[in-house]
Amino acid sequence: MKDFIIPDRDFGTPAAKSKQMVTLTIDGFDITVPEGTSIMRAAAEIGISVPKLCATDSIDAFGSCRLCLVEIEGRNGTPASCTTPVAPGLKVHTQNAKLKQLRRGVMELYISDHPLDCLTCSANGDCELQDMAGAVGLRDVRYEAIDTHFKAKDTSGIANPNYIPRDDSNPYFSYDPQKCIVCSRCVRACEEVQGTFALTIEGRGFDSRVSFGAKTDTALSSDCVSCGACVQACPTATLQEKSIIEIGTPERSVITTCAYCGVGCSFKAEMRGDELVRMVPYKHGKANRGHSCVKGRFAYGYASHKDRILNPMIRDSINDPWQEVSWDEAMDFTANRMKGIIEKHGRHSVGVITSSRCTNEEAYLVQKLTRAVFMNNNTDTCARVCHSPTGYGLGQTLGTSAGTQDFDSVEETDVVIVIGANPVSGHPVFASRLKKRLRQGAKLIVIDPRRTEMVEAPHVKAEHHLALTPGTNVAIVTALAHVIVTEGLFDAQFIQDRCDWDEFQDYAEFVSQPQNSPESVALLTGVPAAEVRAAARLFAKGGNGSIYYGLGVTEHSQGSTTVIGIANLAMMTGNIGRPGVGVNPLRGQNNVQGSCDMGSFPHELPGYRHVKGEGVRDIFEKAWGVKIDDEPGLRIPNMLDAAVEGTFKGLYCQGEDILQSDPDTKHVAAGLAAMECVIVHDLFLNETANYAHVFLPGSTFLEKDGTFTNAERRINRVRKVMAPRNGYADWEITQMLANAMGAAWSYTHPTQIMDEIAMTTPSFAGVNYEKLETMGSIQWPCNDAAPEGTPLMHVEAFVRGKGKFINTEYVATDEKTGPRFPLLLTTGRILSQYNVGAQTRRTGNVAWHAEDVLEIHPHDAEVRGVKDGDFVRLASRSGDTTLRATITDKVNPGVVYTTFHHPDTQANVITTDFSDWATNCPEYKVTAVQVSPSNGPSEWQEEYNAQAAMSRRIAAAE
Amino acid sequence: MSLNDTHAGPHAKLIYMANQIAKFMESKPHAEGLTLLASHINDFWEPRMRRHLFEVLDAGGTGLRPLVLEAAATIKRPAIAA
Repeated sequence: MKDFIIPDRDFGTPAAKSKQMVTLTIDGFDITVPEGTSIMRAAAEIGISVPKLCATDSIDAFGSCRLCLVEIEGRNGTPASCTTPVAPGLKVHTQNAKLKQLRRGVMELYISDHPLDCLTCSANGDCELQDMAGAVGLRDVRYEAIDTHFKAKDTSGIANPNYIPRDDSNPYFSYDPQKCIVCSRCVRACEEVQGTFALTIEGRGFDSRVSFGAKTDTALSSDCVSCGACVQACPTATLQEKSIIEIGTPERSVITTCAYCGVGCSFKAEMRGDELVRMVPYKHGKANRGHSCVKGRFAYGYASHKDRILNPMIRDSINDPWQEVSWDEAMDFTANRMKGIIEKHGRHSVGVITSSRCTNEEAYLVQKLTRAVFMNNNTDTCARVCHSPTGYGLGQTLGTSAGTQDFDSVEETDVVIVIGANPVSGHPVFASRLKKRLRQGAKLIVIDPRRTEMVEAPHVKAEHHLALTPGTNVAIVTALAHVIVTEGLFDAQFIQDRCDWDEFQDYAEFVSQPQNSPESVALLTGVPAAEVRAAARLFAKGGNGSIYYGLGVTEHSQGSTTVIGIANLAMMTGNIGRPGVGVNPLRGQNNVQGSCDMGSFPHELPGYRHVKGEGVRDIFEKAWGVKIDDEPGLRIPNMLDAAVEGTFKGLYCQGEDILQSDPDTKHVAAGLAAMECVIVHDLFLNETANYAHVFLPGSTFLEKDGTFTNAERRINRVRKVMAPRNGYADWEITQMLANAMGAAWSYTHPTQIMDEIAMTTPSFAGVNYEKLETMGSIQWPCNDAAPEGTPLMHVEAFVRGKGKFINTEYVATDEKTGPRFPLLLTTGRILSQYNVGAQTRRTGNVAWHAEDVLEIHPHDAEVRGVKDGDFVRLASRSGDTTLRATITDKVNPGVVYTTFHHPDTQANVITTDFSDWATNCPEYKVTAVQVSPSNGPSEWQEEYNAQAAMSRRIAAAE
Repeated sequence: MSLNDTHAGPHAKLIYMANQIAKFMESKPHAEGLTLLASHINDFWEPRMRRHLFEVLDAGGTGLRPLVLEAAATIKRPAIAA
């Protein structure tokens, strides 16, 4: 276990970005800092900590506490050092008799209205008020306050009207007003860092109180999204993690990476012994810059949830109860079954699914298992159902299948297109950084069927919201290109220098055709042509233009075509290759980028190299001492088809719940039921495990070493902070299985696996754990040409050489509405839940989202007699389910929306088997449905739950 | 319509998938579209899937778009059995 003690000082105010340097003298020491730096920060840089309460370096200076006063020679008075910028030649004194007396006086006033219960206070040892009382030498409080905020009753026993009891409504933190010093740090963090504006100061003077919006609001019922920024900013015990209240202060911290979304936030796991006390966003984390969301910050309780399975289990048939066995027995059973299948049905009858939640090293081993031990290429990963079209589309146009920027790039963008993504829910920390830039004046264009939280937020409003009909992305993107080309808004110089000009001419001719004009496609998309034209002009000529997109782009029959269209837009406007621009897929799972990089796709070896390439196979044949199959393997939907057909019999599925997350649940269930050996390797008995013969208990991200790669290609370290509760890290379990099948792997630490990846994969050639220790993180490609990694791609030239324009003909999906199914269902996510909810449903996050609900427009609800909160039946050509309706105009008439976080809802019973033409990525985002009033669960839900309950039985130990 | 109808056998779905690829390739210059259609199937379709495609092609290719039929000569016929 490695403990990182990295200086994590609070400099009081944010760093200034000016290149102009200023020299001044503080307490006799010369210091040179960028123009715009505060005197407080300049002092901190030479190691002088000026006392402070209302300042912290995550938010702008405020100047309210009057504790950081200094004297400046030649200036009157005692200015606050936090709000006073440096100037050349200043001579500053931070400590003298006058300042000491003033500060002591300020502290005396603070303390006169503060309970002196330090020993039993939850912030004891971690309280800035306590520290400052010590720092200014407070020895005496002369004032006896008549009115206080902290005494519940006065001496005569009458209730104190100023006393507000503790608000414990949030599952993760408490708000205790009696400890509050009204420094406004929480309010400012909520505004500046998170951008939610849930907190405010109500009242004036002595009546000033921190408030969650209206007087009647509690922390839970307010707009608060529980990101934790206020808790982190609070200098006292006023806003405090409940885990600190329950456990006490941590004694050490380990830097690691969040295992939720593709933003990949760095956290300090703060520990006492092997108990995790809290997770605190790490200030030096380059993806999150000290910010977090409710999932990463608080929702880690699943790791110790009672549902977690800690022993391996086996059974002959899925109708039997599970038998707990030793690891040896489990491996023998599994290896014998798999060997038996291979003997009888051939080496192509088995395969693997790598996990986008596990580490790079683990994904690498799982694909190696199928390629080097099972001897086939039947490996796939959850990216199949999310960003496989990104891989294809960006690979074809730009030459590499990953985002072009780092997240810092958003700070320099001027116009942002967010298409088919709702970062506020799916990628909240990125959303906060984007909203910060928007509040500074950048413009936003949202392309989404639904009025997402991005369209209108406090102090953020999209310039254009193109609320298109689901399934018409290609038409809209091509219409934007039509306007840019026909109105001459493209960047001809960039195209000539960087792209193939002849291909652009072909493309320009194609998009200029009248059927691609906004006026023509308005009939399909439902978006007024004038809006499309205005959006195109803004994007083309509004300065640095960036595009961020999500699964609303990829999960369509034409997902790959839309990705190509997006790349075309970026290239034709010259928005590639510098900060503030680019094409940025917002990846779903923590390591979905990494699992793709690691060769999880059935046609590619690690580093996106097709298995047909002899030279590439040769590298791995030499490294692994085996012959590599030169034919592509089966993708997840193809595996299921082959299983139903009877030629695919065995599957090792690590950290992925295909029965809940993949489309057309009935087909997935039929495929799994047809297999002879399904091995589920997971934390919980997930839905897929209902059809499994072997269950291998997994380890959480807290229990192992490794790396995750986020959406900006950033390789971050995951560090083991406690021993695996199930006994082994996941990479060890895969190794045991490989060895039981006859391999002779002998990895003793994930660093050796990374070395093997670096040895075989050019884009990782320069990556190793030592470098990750010193640099913190690395963005691939990292090799001799870029020894410190690559924050921005395609800077001088595209990876493929010349950027390639490809025609994007709109082909309507075959999933069409009609009399039986007149509405279009589209699906998405919610902030508090993650993916299939296996983790977040087992945390306090259920306080926000206890079930999936169906959003339906008031018109559609009214004609169906559906009232808010009613149970409704949701039916498609594939199946039907029931859930509760919520009536909202966030969706247009004709469109309904739900999330897929809860297995009871089984939203994927509804989704169809249509998929992207290039990658088979399923069309989750468009399903023709009908909604009708209902009394309760559908027949399928009841059958499913009965089967699941039977399947989850564990036999009592004998 | 469900392409996953188990009674329909594997062919309907593969015909549908091949035609989907063809529709994208049809917007390219003919020769380029033809080459890319074949290489797309060669690169991404596992031999079992190509074998089923050839079963359709060998039976006359009913239901396949003309571009798929034309590209058939350059689609790799998989080895007999694994």
